[in-house]
Amino acid sequence: MSRAERQAAPAPAAREAYPLRRLSLFRSEIGTVFRRWRTLALLGVLAAVPVLVGIAVKVETGDGGTVGHGGEGPAFLSQVTNNGLFLVFTSLAATLPFFLPMAVGVVAGDSLAGEAASGTLRYLLVAPVGRTRLLLAKLTSTLVFCLAATMVVAVSALAVGALLFPLGDITLLSGTTVSFGEGLLRALAVAGAVALSLAGIAALGLFVSTLTNSGIAAMATTVGLLITAQIVDQFPQLEAVQPYLFPHYWLSFADVLRQPVYWDQLLDNFRLQALYAAVFGSAAWARFTTKDVTA
Amino acid sequence: MARNEAHQSNAGSEDSAAGIPGARGRRKAVRYAVPVAVAGVAAASIGIGSALASSGDPDLPKISAEELIAKVAESDVQRMSGSVKFSTDLGLPSLPSGISLGGGAKGGEGKDGDVSPQAKLTELASGTHTLRVAVDGPDKQRLSIVERAAEYSLIRNGDQVWAYDSGSNTVHHSTAPHDKAGKSGRDAKGEALHGASPQELAKKALDAVGDSTSVAVDGTAKVAGRDAYQLTVKPKAAESTVGAVRIAVDAKTGTPLKFTLAAKSGGKPVVDAAFTKVDFGRPSASTFDFTPPKGAKVTEDKDFEGRAGHKGARPGEAGGMPGLAGLTGSSGAPGFEVLGKDWASIAHFTVPKDLGKAADKAADKGAGKAGGAGKSAPDGGLFEKFGSKVSGPFGSGQIFSTRLVNALITDDGEVYVGAVTKDALVAAAK
Repeated sequence: MSRAERQAAPAPAAREAYPLRRLSLFRSEIGTVFRRWRTLALLGVLAAVPVLVGIAVKVETGDGGTVGHGGEGPAFLSQVTNNGLFLVFTSLAATLPFFLPMAVGVVAGDSLAGEAASGTLRYLLVAPVGRTRLLLAKLTSTLVFCLAATMVVAVSALAVGALLFPLGDITLLSGTTVSFGEGLLRALAVAGAVALSLAGIAALGLFVSTLTNSGIAAMATTVGLLITAQIVDQFPQLEAVQPYLFPHYWLSFADVLRQPVYWDQLLDNFRLQALYAAVFGSAAWARFTTKDVTA
Repeated sequence: MARNEAHQSNAGSEDSAAGIPGARGRRKAVRYAVPVAVAGVAAASIGIGSALASSGDPDLPKISAEELIAKVAESDVQRMSGSVKFSTDLGLPSLPSGISLGGGAKGGEGKDGDVSPQAKLTELASGTHTLRVAVDGPDKQRLSIVERAAEYSLIRNGDQVWAYDSGSNTVHHSTAPHDKAGKSGRDAKGEALHGASPQELAKKALDAVGDSTSVAVDGTAKVAGRDAYQLTVKPKAAESTVGAVRIAVDAKTGTPLKFTLAAKSGGKPVVDAAFTKVDFGRPSASTFDFTPPKGAKVTEDKDFEGRAGHKGARPGEAGGMPGLAGLTGSSGAPGFEVLGKDWASIAHFTVPKDLGKAADKAADKGAGKAGGAGKSAPDGGLFEKFGSKVSGPFGSGQIFSTRLVNALITDDGEVYVGAVTKDALVAAAK
């Protein structure tokens, strides 16, 4: 809220319009993200992953064979033929290390740098909206994309799983059998955990996006940081820093499927994502509210 | 620049001091201080958190070592559940994945995809694992090894014993007889994995307490949020490689909550098993229910007793406590004898010579199973690299050492294994 606004618009009418306008900024930002062809293409690729996995498993087991009995391949793969619901978990496990965060990195990196590159950022700032609020709107739209991307994978996997494989009571990792309804609830919780896992890279991407005026550079940097973190996470010699890397606890979503739910790593993951969101969100704020916008 | 700043003010940014270079720089610095402060607060709270966890020893009434041991022995906890962090560091060189220690043992079973408890047990002999336990009376137990996106569960409900490996979706089923004659079978099978819980480890260590051991109460500690006494058990024998065993005993129930075994050579504990969460309430009944999931591969284990006899070792005891099982000298293998006693005991057995070139390999396996080192090499060649040549009155042989257990294999096929120094092994060999 600007100084000018505070002085000039104390009228009741303006105050009533205020919440609506605040929402409209968020709505328009979300609309901007989801109207882009790039975003739709990313979501399309994400939706195709479960289809590919499902068909591959179906073809391989068509003659009564089994897959992944040695525990190879993405997690839960050996269970897919018995219960289509496991395709949701397999698909999320397959897309979480790279596909999902890459899509988020592209959207987050593009959010401000892309506007700057195309020269639309200063027009956004011409509107009587504070920079902080614009940044919040950008962050919100990126987080909404995290959720949407995860749900696209999950829903596509559920549809493919229901078409190709039987559905029914599911056996959790601990060997406990629960009803299909509870299985669905757990799948929803898993999708929520995966979406929250992406909050860290969303904030990181937003911060990178405030540093440059080139959308491509911001996307490449964000995805590059993701790959670097994933590689560092693989080396046993670097064990000391690994608990502080944002992808470190990503696979903890599988802990939702234990009986009772094993919270330790899940909570570690959420705390870590919240820390990344706070540090890089405030860094993005510090940078964006003090930088010269020339484009 | 100036025009741009003016533009920003018009554009509704929160620039109240725009245009004054000094104030602008200050404001920038203040804003950048926010993320730095957030990171700093997080780092500080992590530091304070771990400092709080390690300090603040609870105030408990004084207790003598004898009273504490009696308390452990009397402890009659029938119901509990919790998580255990279990790490072992035998000082073995870490192997490339694919020929891990566990994998070698699995290959030894000669069956693809064997998920029997014995095979799984050897995996615990290296690295850090999270276990979850639940106990409801003597007939209902569950133990799970939490793995990355998978879990290995061992469930005992009455006389049914199920092992379920979610990673490969395979089930291993066996029955535990109720009568006393079948107790050894039950021990080795149903409770094989329970050997990894702090209680079992502590019991085995306290069983070894005798004249050769000094026991003392060493302050108090907080384990899994509960007040506990610390019991220190130290072997007096100079040739033992065991430095000290520390056991944290729950002050209320007498349940051992933490077990640490340190090598005399110092460094990280060789075995460290501790509850990170513990609950003495009754676990829900469904915890112990198991029906094999649809499509899972089920292997039945009908011939367990025969198989165990054929192997000449009792896996349940061998693997339960790397090193300590060797100390207590438990094995039914033919030609097996125990030299020395208590902490300084050395297991001695002979490997038949007619095995020829495979002798080394078999010896290694024997060492792993009967000696309780819980290790077995994928192949003899690889294991040979770890050995070093020694000679003495017995002739010459190879000595294999870990931080806790040393093994001497003479060229005649005699094997000496124990948690003692290399010199003691050489002296014991005849």
